[in-house]
Amino acid sequence: MQNTSWVPFFPEQASSFAWQIDALYFYLLAISAFFIVVIVAAIFYFGVRYRERERYTNGAEIHGSIALETFWSIIPFIISMTIFLGGAIVYYNQYRPPADAMEIYVVGKQWMWKAQHGSGQREINELHIPVGRQIKLTMTTEDVLHDFFIPAFRTKTDVVPGRYTTIWFEPTKPGKYRLYCAEYCGLNHSGMGGWVYVMEQRDFDNWLSGNVSGQTPVEAGRDLFENKLGCASCHQGNDQGRGPNLAGVAGKEVRLASGQTVVADDEYLRNSILNPTGQIVEGYQPIMPTFKGQVTEEQLVQLIAYIKSLGGNTTTGATTRTAATNSSTMTTGSAPVNGGAADSMTPPKADRGSAVNNQGSNPNAPETRSEPTNTNR
Amino acid sequence: MQNASAINSAEYIEKPTNYLNNGYTIKSWLLTKDHKRIAIMYLIVVSIFFMMGGLYAATIRLELLTPQSDLLQTQTYNKVFTQHGILMIFFFLIPSIPAILGNFLIPIMIGAKDLAFPRINLLSWYLYMIGGMLTLWALMQGGVDTGWTFYAPYSTQFSNSYVMAVGLGIFINGFSSILTGLNFIVTCHTMRAPGMTWFRMPLFVWAHYATSLVMILGTPVIAITILLLAAERLARIGIFDPAIGGDPILFQHLFWFYSHPAVYIMILPGMGVISELISNFSRKKIFGYEFIAFSSIAIAVFGFLVWGHHMFVSGQSIYAGLVFSFLTMVVAVPSAIKMFNWTATLYKGSILFDTPMLYALGFLGLFLIGGLTGLFLGSMGLDVHLTDTYFVVAHFHYVMVGGQVIAYLGGIHYWWSKMTGKMYSEFWGKLSAMLVFVGFNLTFFPQFILGYQGMPRRYASYPEELQVLNIFSTAGASVLGVGLVMPVIYLTHSLIWGKDAPANPWMLPGLEWRIASPPPTENFETTPIVTWEAYDFSDENGLDMEEARRKNIVTV
Repeated sequence: MQNTSWVPFFPEQASSFAWQIDALYFYLLAISAFFIVVIVAAIFYFGVRYRERERYTNGAEIHGSIALETFWSIIPFIISMTIFLGGAIVYYNQYRPPADAMEIYVVGKQWMWKAQHGSGQREINELHIPVGRQIKLTMTTEDVLHDFFIPAFRTKTDVVPGRYTTIWFEPTKPGKYRLYCAEYCGLNHSGMGGWVYVMEQRDFDNWLSGNVSGQTPVEAGRDLFENKLGCASCHQGNDQGRGPNLAGVAGKEVRLASGQTVVADDEYLRNSILNPTGQIVEGYQPIMPTFKGQVTEEQLVQLIAYIKSLGGNTTTGATTRTAATNSSTMTTGSAPVNGGAADSMTPPKADRGSAVNNQGSNPNAPETRSEPTNTNR
Repeated sequence: MQNASAINSAEYIEKPTNYLNNGYTIKSWLLTKDHKRIAIMYLIVVSIFFMMGGLYAATIRLELLTPQSDLLQTQTYNKVFTQHGILMIFFFLIPSIPAILGNFLIPIMIGAKDLAFPRINLLSWYLYMIGGMLTLWALMQGGVDTGWTFYAPYSTQFSNSYVMAVGLGIFINGFSSILTGLNFIVTCHTMRAPGMTWFRMPLFVWAHYATSLVMILGTPVIAITILLLAAERLARIGIFDPAIGGDPILFQHLFWFYSHPAVYIMILPGMGVISELISNFSRKKIFGYEFIAFSSIAIAVFGFLVWGHHMFVSGQSIYAGLVFSFLTMVVAVPSAIKMFNWTATLYKGSILFDTPMLYALGFLGLFLIGGLTGLFLGSMGLDVHLTDTYFVVAHFHYVMVGGQVIAYLGGIHYWWSKMTGKMYSEFWGKLSAMLVFVGFNLTFFPQFILGYQGMPRRYASYPEELQVLNIFSTAGASVLGVGLVMPVIYLTHSLIWGKDAPANPWMLPGLEWRIASPPPTENFETTPIVTWEAYDFSDENGLDMEEARRKNIVTV
């Protein structure tokens, strides 16, 4: 964590948009310095020049000046608009995750950060990421509010119970950077932090292979779906089940019984597991029991990862297979998110494995997959 | 009888009946309906809360001298910063200027005998006391550790501290605020003396009018928020906690819908004091009276529309964020207008650098920095990096301490002779004003740098590389502490040993300077008829300047 910046007490600049925040910062510092110098100089000059020379002499009779008032209303307004625009542009860049970012799931918990990579690696209070790759974190918390903050990347986002928030960045410099929780979360708030390790791709691959741990999120999610929670008894992978066929749902528009249409994003899938009767898909009965209290935040993340893998827009391996069997699914125009994460890291093991297993558990998937899509349109 | 009056006749002649010597019993204070006595009662209690909050602040700075959590246990530290915030905001900053100086001066400044509702004014004080005592009781029992923001679901489901007792204290105290605001508004509308038109009112009164609007419209929202918090915490009705069907972002919206305007409750009265000080100590009409008056109203109105800028990283919609950021930039403009007008007022003045003016000039410098760093935080992209760090801590201390507390101290010094009839030592006054300014900057300026480096707020322990600046900050806090303790000593000293104050030590035109120090209970023997403008130093202002110049009364 040695500091290479030429400004003393200045944080390291280690993400692709850090320079934008710093540029905005220096722009504001320059504006501030200008106004401080002008006003303080004026105060000093007036203070000396017009100090009281004789007791009870009065100042000049000046009431004001419309021209001056207009001048110093409009100038600050224009300057503040440049600040607004600059800030808005930088913010917009920070908050639109690129579509093909590598996805990592993060769960906050009093008082630790738990991360899970697409290839199954888990870590606590540490985050290993490759340099030069766009990385998107999908985050939630098991208890209270937290906030995922990496000063060197100049970004933070609140982690909110009951919903997913995302943060993305592209590290530009290998190194070890501090990770903090920035939203007060109780007793050990100041201990809820750790390190982000930005590694060269080669080192990162080594780290991944040296840290092989059990299942990928997709595999763990399939285990939950088929065995532990028994979701598959209703969501059978065809239209005969009591619940909708989930293949291809993720990221698509779903028509609800209420007549509304929603996009089946992570948030929707999560709500449908925890509060199933809230948004019923058209043509189905509100008979699904809630799984609130039965699944942890991490299991939810795994279930969603699995559901997304069914649709042909999770891993490259699965996508290829889908494209080969049913090209219509690929051309429905939904955002191809979450790609690329696992494939470049451990291509043979994680992806192909899940792809083959998916096929095995859903023999009918290719035929039925396009149907929900069609009925929705 | 004859003998007694013979012995004391000199004293009787010099000391006519005033609001202070008009009854000495405890009952004559506790059941008083005199706005001046109520103001003094506020002064005593608010000062005690300020000292307690200051002790918490000192504890925080001592703990942060070292990176480890060593002086205090982490749990204790969490309670200390929470209680520092709660006492300072709800029981010091919000009531300080309105309830003390506003209460004392608004009726006098507009030529009235009292506020419109004297009994309600006394009720406000009792509500403040009940809320304050309940909060103190909770702090004695074990305190509260949620941060002054009470963010859910931590405050509703996870914290094992006295959240509800403190919440109830703040809830009750809120009604004190609402009633005070109501009283001020009605007073301004109905009690002005003949000739005291709206645009002849001192800007101090305008600032309080704007503040009162915010108090009345904003405070009920925090009351509702506390009730909802209680419903969830006590009855487990799911409002904020997603585990039982609530939404934690909803809490933040409700909380900041009050608490951002509350920032203006805290700073607007301070701006009013500064307008008085700058104009009167330049012996010159304030530059752009109408612009300053209306900028107060503009700040109060726009202040209600910017609460979402506290939530740029909370997961609210990006488009909501854009609107809030835009409006935040707009609300910066009236503050800038005030700043420029104050500076322009000095031009061609006849500036006297007495203690109150030193505070006023200190305010200009500190509020300038506090306001400009607000732009850093209102700019969304930068806020993402800066929010929840020490940059925010430094920013709001520059506004709240550098702004409000400095203005409050300036106002207390300025009107001390009027309120107590005694003069304090000008030497010690000037020295403490300078120590406060230096100590304040040394305490909080390093925190801007710490914040940009990424030190999160509310941390009991922090990385070692951040220690140097924290040592500076703690060193500065000790200077600031000395600067703040000194007025307590020399002002108290002046009550007993101070020289008697003349009615108008600086020969100023305001109505408050045209009555005795301390004022009689009725303020004015006959209702004054106002024929002069605010800050009117011309010869038509009704003051005998020739006489004053001839006598050249030495004030210090």
